[in-house]
Amino acid sequence: MGNGRLNIAFEALDRHMDTETAERTAIRFLARDSETPVDISYRALNERANRFANVLLDLGVKPGERVYGLAHRIPDLYAAVLGTLKHGCVFTPLFSAFGPEPIRQRVEIGEPAVLVTSKRLYQKKVADWVAETSSVRHVLLIDQLDEAPAGTLDATALMDAASGDYATRDMAPEDPALLHFTSGTTGKPKGALHVHDAVITHHMTGRYVLDMHPGDIYWCTADPGWVTGTSYGIIAPLTNGVTMVVDEAEFDAERWYRILQNQKVALWYTAPTAIRMLIKLGEELPRAHDLSSLRFMASVGEPLNPEAVIWGQKVLGLPFHDNWWQTETGGIMISNYAALEVRPGSMGKPVPGVEAAVARRTEDGIELIDEPNETGELVLKKGWPSMFRGYLHQEEKYRNSFSGDWYLTGDLARRDADGYFWFIGRDDDVIKSSGHLIGPFEVESVLLEHPAVAEAGVIGVPDEVAGETVKAFVSLKPGYPPDEALRKELMGQARKRLGPAVAPRHIEFREDLPRTRSGKIMRRLLRARELGLPEGDTSTLEGNRE
Amino acid sequence: MNRDELRNAVLEELSGIAPDIDLASFDDNANLQDEYDLDSMDALNLAEAVHKRLGVNIPDQDYARMHCIAELLDYLEKKL
Repeated sequence: MGNGRLNIAFEALDRHMDTETAERTAIRFLARDSETPVDISYRALNERANRFANVLLDLGVKPGERVYGLAHRIPDLYAAVLGTLKHGCVFTPLFSAFGPEPIRQRVEIGEPAVLVTSKRLYQKKVADWVAETSSVRHVLLIDQLDEAPAGTLDATALMDAASGDYATRDMAPEDPALLHFTSGTTGKPKGALHVHDAVITHHMTGRYVLDMHPGDIYWCTADPGWVTGTSYGIIAPLTNGVTMVVDEAEFDAERWYRILQNQKVALWYTAPTAIRMLIKLGEELPRAHDLSSLRFMASVGEPLNPEAVIWGQKVLGLPFHDNWWQTETGGIMISNYAALEVRPGSMGKPVPGVEAAVARRTEDGIELIDEPNETGELVLKKGWPSMFRGYLHQEEKYRNSFSGDWYLTGDLARRDADGYFWFIGRDDDVIKSSGHLIGPFEVESVLLEHPAVAEAGVIGVPDEVAGETVKAFVSLKPGYPPDEALRKELMGQARKRLGPAVAPRHIEFREDLPRTRSGKIMRRLLRARELGLPEGDTSTLEGNRE
Repeated sequence: MNRDELRNAVLEELSGIAPDIDLASFDDNANLQDEYDLDSMDALNLAEAVHKRLGVNIPDQDYARMHCIAELLDYLEKKL
């Protein structure tokens, strides 16, 4: 755009309009009930995004204001994301499987002016409370409607009527573009803020890690309700001019193999949970499909077990290339590359421009560990373009994520003598289920709202498919019997409020839960006892003798 | 086991996994994912629970094709 200014959406769409990419397919959409693809060219997607930007303009939405998206994988969601960026607004994706509570909480923290969603999701998860929030001025529904419910606008019709021309706003590299929520151990979800400059990391990692070349058929199975589905399900593929397969349906092994075969997918970016489900289903299905178009397969979300990497090689003919990054890093930081020997079970080596190290925390900061194979906290030298620039309204938390020049990831890792990094675990109580971070506090808070619950402690327990699943330990107030009916009631309430992705899959009653003398539930001890691990330091445990 | 008994058994297992579902107004033909917010982990757990309860092993390939309880019941009826 010149003058050192840029816009993620310009790099993703406008930039291609004078090139042959303009007529290429940007989105190959597969509707849930059909596998006949609908192709949308870069030119058509650009025009649709322009229409959405004009809708925002006409509604008086100002650049810098926030727009939230809560929708299934339908083409107009992609147009809305890009139109939002074109107009200089900040986009936040929300996961459509969230229950009303996580959605409301994120709306209250981030105060969007606009919520983009579908009629069904609006009625099920938003309608009851949205009028009580002060920020949301417009609810835009992007599924084809007969009639928009009161309080909402039919955005499909508004987009149809709007102009397809829009001058994408040129932004400063440090202007905010994306707000991604992630979960911590305590307190509310954190909103990690990213800027337009992040597109440099998106583009470069798409090219060098995921091997994107213009015209490639690429399928990222991550939902655009999360950071992976935004960075690598929208931005990186478009800036690199590839064709992205967008499948509206949820996981279905047979359908997935058919898609890989029929759409001739060359690049496939997926997640350990999905890979493990495919492995469970055996080798017959993949062998019955022609998967010869596949050129490169990558995985992210949680460490991919070595067996899964090897299974890829044996059954699909290619290894999975695991890589590592976080919401806060905005893009891939450490990766097994096409050009490198894959070390199964390792997250690989830092991408060009990223400096990673293993460190131990000291009294006045951190100390880098040089010896190989020592476990410590994974740290990254700050300053890469897609680094988060803040936690919304939580300055101190942001500052505490750094020590000097280093960003502290909160992940434990080791580095081998050849420079490959290996994931060890989290150094906090955050749960990782199906690749999504779940804050135990969010779950405990909802359980505690029930009149029978005195205390709740929530941990992750190992699961062969999901990595971890959420388990809650609950102690009851006097007079409430710990029976099956109550257990179901608590689970039902949690699922209703939090959605299935966040709610506990198991609830166990306990007479009391281990607490520190200051009254905090010791989740670490709950977990150690549940898994039969050493209990570690219990000197602060309530009731222990000095 | 007739269809009603079968239905009761399956719904009982379903409510163990997703107690938020109101069985009184349950629609056998509604999509479990859209209407009742079941995710793929829930679906896997339901298949396992049904296997345990009725002794019918549902190969994942078959299971993936079932989107509502009516389809699951049709399948189970043939196997029992």
